[in-house]
Amino acid sequence: MTEQTTSSAPPKMAARHVNVFYGDKQAIRDVSIEIDNDHVIAFIGPSGCGKSTFLRTLNRMNDTVAGARVEGDITLDGENIYDPSMDVVQLRARVGMVFQKPNPFPKSIYDNIAYGPRIHGLANSKADLDVIVESALRRAGLWDEVKDRLKDSGTALSGGQQQRLCIGRAIAVEPEVILMDEPCSALDPIATAKIEELIHELRGRYAIAIVTHNMQQAARVSQRTAFFHLGTLVEYGVTSEIFTNPREDRTKDYITGRYG
Amino acid sequence: MPEHTIKAFDEEINRLRGLVAEMGGRVETALEDAMAALVEHDNDKARRVVSEDRKIDLLEAEVEKLVVQIIALRAPMANDLRDVIAALKIVGVVERIGDYAKNIAKRVPQLGAHPTIEPLSLLPAMAQVAGEMVGDALNAFAARDAALAEAVVARDHVVDSFYNGIFRALLTYMVENPKTISECAHLLFIAKNIERIGDHATNMAEMVYYAATGDYLPERGRDTGIES
Repeated sequence: MTEQTTSSAPPKMAARHVNVFYGDKQAIRDVSIEIDNDHVIAFIGPSGCGKSTFLRTLNRMNDTVAGARVEGDITLDGENIYDPSMDVVQLRARVGMVFQKPNPFPKSIYDNIAYGPRIHGLANSKADLDVIVESALRRAGLWDEVKDRLKDSGTALSGGQQQRLCIGRAIAVEPEVILMDEPCSALDPIATAKIEELIHELRGRYAIAIVTHNMQQAARVSQRTAFFHLGTLVEYGVTSEIFTNPREDRTKDYITGRYG
Repeated sequence: MPEHTIKAFDEEINRLRGLVAEMGGRVETALEDAMAALVEHDNDKARRVVSEDRKIDLLEAEVEKLVVQIIALRAPMANDLRDVIAALKIVGVVERIGDYAKNIAKRVPQLGAHPTIEPLSLLPAMAQVAGEMVGDALNAFAARDAALAEAVVARDHVVDSFYNGIFRALLTYMVENPKTISECAHLLFIAKNIERIGDHATNMAEMVYYAATGDYLPERGRDTGIES
């Protein structure tokens, strides 16, 4: 493995020697990696390589999968997220997630954003909530397109707008980490470009990890790339290095289209 | 190396490498023929070198077009990307080498018979080394052979020494035989052309090394070893 991050501050999230099992089947083998605010990290690899499984262990989305078991340490600000004392609802607010298919609630645009802040008690008044909603929609790059129809249903938006609404919904609860699982695979190129631009703008404020099948997208949006294969982290490094001069043959064969 | 899942990509890469090889072969021939024309005072051969240069230029244009197409349509990555970029840069260099060979050929008719100019005897040997460097750099590209590329770079000083020696010999000769100054000036330019060919072969070898390994050769000193 090449080029582990060498920042002086402790990493926002760190995984150390993580193994994940689904029943008897091991999906992740001894993966160690750090995720931080100053760079977007892309997880790439063929289907079934474990990249989505690994992403989901970072906010315990795998807890709901029967038979799923996680070994090793995953820390958020140094705190083990699998510790029994960890409040999982709180964890998922701090580590937000955006999915492949836009999944807005069947509610108004306003309520999609306001839902999280309400249940997490982030707003004391309607005015507070208005501010949170506007701010989240602005950061999601959606405000100008929806400000005059906040009462319309979120599901009435276009696919790209819905995905930005979902990102706004994740942002509204002031997360520290945003996990994205193929956020653009259902979107057209223009909507994709808007999400990518948004990722670029959110970088620095949040630690962002993105799973993508589109290697050009990984190359465009990330500063670090991790290549997974058969449940192992084969290579991790600076994105421009990985795409011009990967050290591992498996990485090279995959990114040049020679895999399999 | 395993094949690409998309076979057409392999075909395009192979066609690209084939065009570079063809262009390189033509340039090697151009240099050999230009030197033969010089030694044998063969003006017809010299003219052919000049007219054949057009084909080298056309091949360069074809490679450039194919490289742009591959980058646009295939989005090459890693070693593929390095191969394609190296091919683009190499044909630019090869085209320049072709121009130097053409320039040597153009001087042949202006030299007339010159059996008496003694330093001329060193030029074919110098051109031989430079020509081998060009050939080896092209072979290194074809075989992705980093060691061969390094060996080319290591040989550049031989051509430089030849040049320095010929430069001094021609200066002395001109002082002693002022009537030959015009011819000697042409020979000096020819020596300089060959020296530049050696430099270009070295550049080419550096690109080949990068394409093959992904790393750059350690920076060589800025001092080129050329006295003038």
